[in-house]
Amino acid sequence: MLQAREIVYRVGQRELLHGVSASFEAGRLHLIVGPNGAGKSTFVKVLSRLLRPQAGEVRYGDLDAGTQDERTLARQRAVLSQALELAFPLPVRDLVMMGRYPHFRGRPGRADEEICDEVMAYFDVQDMRDRSYVTLSGGEKQRVNFARVLAQVWRPLPGACRYLFLDEPLTFLDIRHQIDFMKKVRAFVEHHDVVAVGVVHDLNLAARFGDRLLMIDDGRIVAFGSKEDVLTPAHIRSTFHVDPVVVREPGTDAFHLIFH
Amino acid sequence: MSRLFTILRAVFQPEPPPEARQSGDTAGLLATLFVLMVLVTLASIRYGAIDFTAREMWAAIASLAGAHGPLTLNERIFLELRVPRALLCLAVGAALGVGGALMQALFRNPIVEPGLVGTSSGAALGASVYFVLGGLLHVASSVWGLPVAACLGGVVATYLVFALAQSNADGRSSIVLLLLTGLAVNALCLSGIGFLSYIARDPQARSIVFWNLGTMAGANWQSLGIVGATTVGCVVWALAYAKPLNALMIGEEEAIYLGVNVNRLKWAVLTINVIMVAVATAFTGVISFVGLIVPHILRILRGADNRYLIIGSALLGAILLSLADLVARMALRPAELPIGIVTSVVGVPVFLSLLRNRQYLF
Repeated sequence: MLQAREIVYRVGQRELLHGVSASFEAGRLHLIVGPNGAGKSTFVKVLSRLLRPQAGEVRYGDLDAGTQDERTLARQRAVLSQALELAFPLPVRDLVMMGRYPHFRGRPGRADEEICDEVMAYFDVQDMRDRSYVTLSGGEKQRVNFARVLAQVWRPLPGACRYLFLDEPLTFLDIRHQIDFMKKVRAFVEHHDVVAVGVVHDLNLAARFGDRLLMIDDGRIVAFGSKEDVLTPAHIRSTFHVDPVVVREPGTDAFHLIFH
Repeated sequence: MSRLFTILRAVFQPEPPPEARQSGDTAGLLATLFVLMVLVTLASIRYGAIDFTAREMWAAIASLAGAHGPLTLNERIFLELRVPRALLCLAVGAALGVGGALMQALFRNPIVEPGLVGTSSGAALGASVYFVLGGLLHVASSVWGLPVAACLGGVVATYLVFALAQSNADGRSSIVLLLLTGLAVNALCLSGIGFLSYIARDPQARSIVFWNLGTMAGANWQSLGIVGATTVGCVVWALAYAKPLNALMIGEEEAIYLGVNVNRLKWAVLTINVIMVAVATAFTGVISFVGLIVPHILRILRGADNRYLIIGSALLGAILLSLADLVARMALRPAELPIGIVTSVVGVPVFLSLLRNRQYLF
């Protein structure tokens, strides 16, 4: 369980989050939607403790995230963000192994090697093992990064949840890889000890893959719940300033939005 | 010989190879570098203004242990000038090579090196201030006075460059701004040194060539002791940061997500770097481009893992600087070239090819 209590985050004079509270359960994929500049990414960065809020607290289970040291936190929390650019040639395998850095001192152990092999197979990048990251295409780079980040929290921890954050990771991916990636994240979140919170831009993708959606506008929560409760025409109109039509596929719970 | 060609090809190759090499035989490469370093050191103590035969070298070394009366002139040249000079080359080369590797890792840019971002010239300014003020004011001095003054100068100049060049919100500096600011601060430091050498009484401080282009001619056992101890200590200390520096390669945010305390890392690595480079500069002047070339060659040979780069840069830096010093001594024998001329002749083409190679840069 992940809880945010009355989070206030300011940059200079501007307040980006005005006392946001929400709690996120394990085993579910929570996706945050909202217009540009609404504070989605800021909120995820506060939850992942990259940013420290001026007021309020983030709790990982019973622990106050603000008091934990970086390394301890990094063993149970991983963040997928946009594709990285590297200035130096680095083999893909070495990059994936970085995901295990918080778990070992000195040289990687047997478990670390095994985990790297497993995540690379999971994201279908094992053939790129010895290639230099800088020579990969945008989509390949992103898949390697997913493998690296999942390596960080691949195995359950005794007595603690794992936390996975997605900070707009789908940029630069084509539609096939977007869907493929979301399916893999979904499958990973099926584990009952994984708390997952992410930001996606595409409302239809959010509707299809999110268990629970959180709509944010101007640093405040507009709605939090199932896609039917959150992606209503009224909410979308007031938040995004576009007129949607909701289309349902007969016989399924699939749900599409068309914008005019 | 074939390895030499590989290295030469690597240096002048405009593009990085498509595939990073497997890191499997990294240990083999490091062992080869170590052997090369020993060979170069032997050559470096043998050849110079006077060539020594193996027998003479043995005799000189044996006379140290045996203490059989006064040393001959040649033995004294060998023991008091040649050997400390060869060893100082190793220490300074290692310091500059590792300094370049650390800076490049820290700023995530292959074109940064101590000579380009003000560390070396700031250290030289600090050292010349110490010479001049020490001479004018008759300040009581210990052997550590000079290195401490050089460190202060190096810190101030490096800080100035990075503070002035910081432009992006995420704290990374635009590389063009960084290089231009470095140029300006270097010019400022060098004109300060010029002024001080003009008013200096100390003959060493008066030599503007010494500060500008560097020389190993002033080597003695004391300077070797100070530079050697500092360099070995700093390289070992730097190795502790190899893993977090690897994480930093993928960006500050990502490194934080991997559990790295990035602010602490930056401070530690900058401190190590400035101490190591400034102390070396205090005794040998500004020697440019070693810190640029060395990690560049190593990265092309075996990739960018920082543990390998730090150890490799120490070895290859020592080798290259010893070779440069050998060339500096042999080219116009019995006169000497400033060593910075030799390193620049090799370094500038590498620098230019790096600048032109967009794939390797941001």
